[in-house]
Amino acid sequence: MSRARYQGAVTGSGTRPGAGFAVKLVLVALVDALGVFGVLAAWRAGSWGILAATVALLAAANWVYFTKRSLPLKYILPGLAFLLVYQVYVVGYTGYVAFTNYGDGHNSTKEQAVDALLVQNERRVEGSPALPLTVVESSAGDLGFAVVSGGEAEVGTADEPLAAAPGATLDGGVVTAVPGWTVLDRATVLQRQDEVTTLRVPVSADAADGSVRTQDARTGYVFQPVLVYDEAADTMTDATTGVVYTPNDEGQFASADGETLPVGWRVTVGFENFATAFGDDRYAGPFVKILAWTFAFALLSVVTTFALGMFLAMVFNDPRLRGRKVYRTLMILPYAMPGFLAALLWAGMLNTSFGVVNQVLLGGASVPWLTDPWLAKLSVLGVNLWLGFPYMFLICTGALQSLPGDVYEAARIDGAGRWRTWRSITMPLLLVATAPLLISSFAFNFNNFTLIKMLTGGGPRFDDASVPLGHTDILISMVYNVSGLDGSAPRDYGLASALSIVIFVVVGVVSAVAFRQTRKLEELS
Amino acid sequence: MTTSTQARTQGLARDPQQLRHRMPAGRWARELGWRHLVGVVAILFAVFPIVYVVSASLSSTGTLTGSNELFADVSGANYAALGATRFWTWMGNTLVIGVATALGTVLMGAAAAYAFSRFRFAGRRPGLTALLIIQMFPQMLAFVAIFLLLISLGEVVPALGLNSKLALICVYLGGALGVNTFLMYGFFNTVPRELDEAAKIDGATHAQTYWTIILRLVTPILAVVALLSFISTFGEFIIARVVLQSESNWTLAVGLYGWVSSLLEANWGLFAAGAVLSAIPVLALFLFLQKYIVGGLTAGSVKG
Repeated sequence: MSRARYQGAVTGSGTRPGAGFAVKLVLVALVDALGVFGVLAAWRAGSWGILAATVALLAAANWVYFTKRSLPLKYILPGLAFLLVYQVYVVGYTGYVAFTNYGDGHNSTKEQAVDALLVQNERRVEGSPALPLTVVESSAGDLGFAVVSGGEAEVGTADEPLAAAPGATLDGGVVTAVPGWTVLDRATVLQRQDEVTTLRVPVSADAADGSVRTQDARTGYVFQPVLVYDEAADTMTDATTGVVYTPNDEGQFASADGETLPVGWRVTVGFENFATAFGDDRYAGPFVKILAWTFAFALLSVVTTFALGMFLAMVFNDPRLRGRKVYRTLMILPYAMPGFLAALLWAGMLNTSFGVVNQVLLGGASVPWLTDPWLAKLSVLGVNLWLGFPYMFLICTGALQSLPGDVYEAARIDGAGRWRTWRSITMPLLLVATAPLLISSFAFNFNNFTLIKMLTGGGPRFDDASVPLGHTDILISMVYNVSGLDGSAPRDYGLASALSIVIFVVVGVVSAVAFRQTRKLEELS
Repeated sequence: MTTSTQARTQGLARDPQQLRHRMPAGRWARELGWRHLVGVVAILFAVFPIVYVVSASLSSTGTLTGSNELFADVSGANYAALGATRFWTWMGNTLVIGVATALGTVLMGAAAAYAFSRFRFAGRRPGLTALLIIQMFPQMLAFVAIFLLLISLGEVVPALGLNSKLALICVYLGGALGVNTFLMYGFFNTVPRELDEAAKIDGATHAQTYWTIILRLVTPILAVVALLSFISTFGEFIIARVVLQSESNWTLAVGLYGWVSSLLEANWGLFAAGAVLSAIPVLALFLFLQKYIVGGLTAGSVKG
């Protein structure tokens, strides 16, 4: 309501901006404030990508809401911003990561990897004295150490090397107070134990001199890096053995005889991840089996749920039937039940030794529903049937009720029987009407991670696989396991993203082909 | 209209008058009786697990084995025991995340659908096509990239990083346009444009038309989208699991999965009670808004 009046005000037609304009002003101001906060934070953290994105979004928001030329964008922009950041960008980023070796051992940039190597490979300087140490905190909140070295007090933090602190109070050879610093008491030190034990205070501005570290917060020792990084030559040298490591194409430092240092960095590796998925012994076998099962699972899920749903819809599509409402309400209960609850519930019910299906329904049998490769597949399909048939029942009921009656009349006049009518009229019309939903159902089940994860966890495990994959794993759960985000395997974001890309391609192609086919079907009918 | 169509559909009730007369038993069995039989079997299949979980939640032993005899004993022990767990925290988290996502989705999706339905602008066709394509690529497939993105964002603004509910809501909202705009777009198109034009002639601005006329008329689809969004957020597992790391931030899906995956046998009573309580809001919403949902679903299917 604001804009016209606002324009009116601008063009001088005499009306003044209304309440809507005020609301808009407040909202945009709020967005701007948050945005500026984000820009400053990004600046402080040195995240230039985020900074640029925030600035771009802010500029777009202000332009869109204060110009007359972008009417549709005023409505689209909020959703579009989220869409761009959290969907388009992440999908694009997946594509990028798929071509890198991002993962455990290759987590960061080269500079960070060099730093990490220098830090991790440290050794106490032989013969160096134990330094009485006190944990202190600067006024800015940075932790630091105050040590007594050669009878003199020195203080420093991770960023500031140790420097003499002339005003410090010494008591029994230990620093007890430093002007400008707070000495932390024992309880606080215990609370912040992790920070204290990982804190490294450089001895001097030269990193090669080493740094002070402590394990008990009472005594510190000077540690020196074992490895020496030569920036000009871009090599790492082991100070004790003299072995020289040079960077290789894999994003690691490697010695002449092929030995590599543990921390590497992220590099693009071309199609290597895809080659691993399709060709590496550890992955290729499981991958092909999982790919086949994913297709079978998604297709059979759609077919079984649709068949049962359609059958029930036709059974109940008779106006003379009493209590149809009761039937319908009870029958859609599984659909209304959240999927994860249903899968977990069935996981318990199908438990081999204690589950209600074996113990009660089958009178004490011990059928390995979830632990035998084929029975587990059957169980997954069965549970998905339970979960999915009400949906198909609903859409088939809806579609049946809107089928044109005259076609049936014509069929009857032509002498078509019930079966013939169903096969030649009901079924094709029903398929045309529900095809888009069947395709989405296929795409949904193709990625039905929740069901698999909660019901079988992908198990039973493949006997021969060194990676944690099993007979009921589908592609998306394979991606999850390979990514290592749940800690069951080493993290391999590169391979996981490559597999995601494979799924993207499969789902995209299937959808495109299927939609084209249904369009043809529609034209025919 | 609907009734007569149905009747013809089945080719059974040739004369609607017949309905009023009593049928002979044989014919009743042949034409309707078996339908009841099928119905009873289908309902047993559909309802048994639900009856079972209610019974398990009321069993006093709280173990998987002890839950096998339906309604052997009825006690509130499992429900009481939930108080000592983080269940209610998870419930709160799930509701907050679900409601916020549903609201955001409806607001942003409806606004976008309005723009696509009512304005003609350069990039409208490509925009719709792009949405259709994006829709094919579910966001959750990119969970690795989402994880990495949130690490970077968290270094700048911790509230948007890992282990934050706000961040999770933002991620879910990223999927709002792709999934729902089309559903809404179709519905918005069914609202006659004459209404907008009349309002415009009366001096209403586009914003007034949108907030006071269009949104009122499309309430059913707003309800459907809000509900679908809430339900899918409620049950979403993979992204929630990756993003929310500390137990106090978990949603029900992540938390209950933890119970069942670690100690299935011992935690069964707790899980059953938790499952019943968490299913109630969704079931209630669903049954309450059944008409809307069924309408919304079939609108997509039959209109084509």
